[in-house]
Amino acid sequence: MTSTVAQGGRPGGEPASSRHAGGVPGGGSARLAAALWRRAWLRATLTLTPPLAWFLVIYLASLVVMLVTAFWSVNPFTNTLVHTWTLSNFRQLFTSTYLIIIGRTVGMAALVTVTDAVLAFPFAYYMARLASNRGRQLLFTAVLLPLWASYIARVYAWIVILQKGGTLSWSFQKLGLGAVNIGYTNTAMWLVFSYIWLPFMIVPVYAALERIPDSLLEASGDLGAHNWRTLRSVLLPLALPGVVAGSIFTFSLTLGDFITPLLVGGANSNFIGNVIYSNLGTAGNLPFAAALAVVPIVIMVFYLLGARLLGAFESL
Amino acid sequence: MPTDAPLADPGAARVATGPPAVRLAGLRKSFGHLAAVAGVDLEIAEGEFFTMLGPSGSGKTTLLRLVAGFERPDAGVVELGGTDVTRQPPYARDVNTVFQDYALFPHMNVRENVEYGLRVRRVPRAERRRRAEAALEMVRLTGLSERKPVQLSGGQRQRVALARAIVNEPEVLLLDEPLGALDAKLRQEMQSELKRIQREVGITFVYVTHDQEEALTMSDRLAVFNQGRIEQLGTPVDVYERPASDFVAGFIGISNLLERDGRHITVRPEKIRLLADGEQPPPGSHTEPGRIEDVVYLGMLTRYVVSLADGGRLTAVRQNLDGYAADVLGTRGTSVTVAWRDDLSYEVTPEREEQA
Repeated sequence: MTSTVAQGGRPGGEPASSRHAGGVPGGGSARLAAALWRRAWLRATLTLTPPLAWFLVIYLASLVVMLVTAFWSVNPFTNTLVHTWTLSNFRQLFTSTYLIIIGRTVGMAALVTVTDAVLAFPFAYYMARLASNRGRQLLFTAVLLPLWASYIARVYAWIVILQKGGTLSWSFQKLGLGAVNIGYTNTAMWLVFSYIWLPFMIVPVYAALERIPDSLLEASGDLGAHNWRTLRSVLLPLALPGVVAGSIFTFSLTLGDFITPLLVGGANSNFIGNVIYSNLGTAGNLPFAAALAVVPIVIMVFYLLGARLLGAFESL
Repeated sequence: MPTDAPLADPGAARVATGPPAVRLAGLRKSFGHLAAVAGVDLEIAEGEFFTMLGPSGSGKTTLLRLVAGFERPDAGVVELGGTDVTRQPPYARDVNTVFQDYALFPHMNVRENVEYGLRVRRVPRAERRRRAEAALEMVRLTGLSERKPVQLSGGQRQRVALARAIVNEPEVLLLDEPLGALDAKLRQEMQSELKRIQREVGITFVYVTHDQEEALTMSDRLAVFNQGRIEQLGTPVDVYERPASDFVAGFIGISNLLERDGRHITVRPEKIRLLADGEQPPPGSHTEPGRIEDVVYLGMLTRYVVSLADGGRLTAVRQNLDGYAADVLGTRGTSVTVAWRDDLSYEVTPEREEQA
């Protein structure tokens, strides 16, 4: 078709020469489009170069700088960087102070992940398999709406609920259950983290459950399995990749957080993130902060490898 | 009238020992305003290969799901082997289903899929293995036990689904268009396989299909469904040769309906002779003049569409015993006399009025 147009020319059209070039009508942009159509590698290069450049230069380069910094130290008197290689920062990580902090952070991340998985599964199940279309839309809105509000605002709301004489304590007293005072404790952190990251668990679990065909559940019942058995043998194994995908969010988000420990945590609530933060600011020990920042990275690498074994990325 | 009462059941003549494998009485099921099953009474004898045939939306699959227990009827009774199971959940019913999409558990391999029903019923491991092996052998699928369903072809998945159902030795096996997703050649192969398996295990098969050929070749008896009701119940020969309504005539085979003197009659395409000039019809034949409107060469057969001088149009088929495509295609537009033996045409009831 293009060739007939180019040979014959349209009556009253532009000069044939511009359309003749390369046998493609329409000038430069069309020629470019045709060239792109012919060369897949060129298309890939053009589309991927900007994001890859951003990723390589800004993100990976800073990571490398940080890793390098972790092997330097700070002169305690002048507070300037000493550019000699040392493992002292990493050695310091293995002292009991920091092992406790790392243990607390990882333990909390695990606890929050389990809590969210337990809360999210029945909720996502209801959304995916039982709710009407309208009900599903409403529930989706309810799950995602809090994400529109500022993180800080939501954490502060929890402070109001949990603090001494706060909403929770007041309600318990009115019910004659006595005062509860869990503000500024690890319990408070657990509650706030579980609340804040719950949507990140519900959505992937919902996606996994929604993809399971009804016929599989019917087949299980047909073969003699009552509902609990079907849940255990069919529904849970098939939803597991979704749970693992969600746990990547809840685990890594908790692992890297420093605001919630700062705002609702107490005296014994230091997290990896807090310590990094204070070493960057007040202490001004950039190399040690960098060494500490390597810890969550290493943990997440292992976590993601484990998640891959469980098939979490097959559902993405 | 179409027969949907068990009284007219031709299968009543068969040797009746014990209660029927399946008995349905006054069964109804609606989805919103749509009556999917609009009053069905049916008895299926033990060991029978019974087919429910009908177009999509005729209620046959819903009826199967009512028997399996996936749907609960609005009214009526489902009995299995003489026991009322209407209020029992699927897992308490002694039936197994072969699903249209096979519904194999994707996270289990072939053996685990086949053993699932036995494991749920706490059959000991050794016996489980033995029975699963036997079932896989029965469906001629050995050596693939460790494969996951995604690693199997469509035909192999079909066999796994079948093995997974028959391994439980249910009273009744329900098959929901199990061959629908297979290609034509494999489908024919599986048809005779299914027949063989049914003979070997002796389980009652209730088979749902919209494919008339499947229904005719495999069934002991079949029911033709239309709009949630049984239009006709009988052996394949009954239903094909003596369709009770023009719906059945049209759905099974090619609809050859004529209106003559206020009577609706039908005649099967292969019963119609096309007479050459001067050729005498066999005695006792009905003859009519017409014109060949269209000729379709089908390889083994040639199909002729003849428009008749007295109104109406007939399709006739003729085996290509001698002559080549070129010869038969040349007959388009020529006059012809059609003839059929009087006793091979049947009067049918016209399509029932739409019931609001």
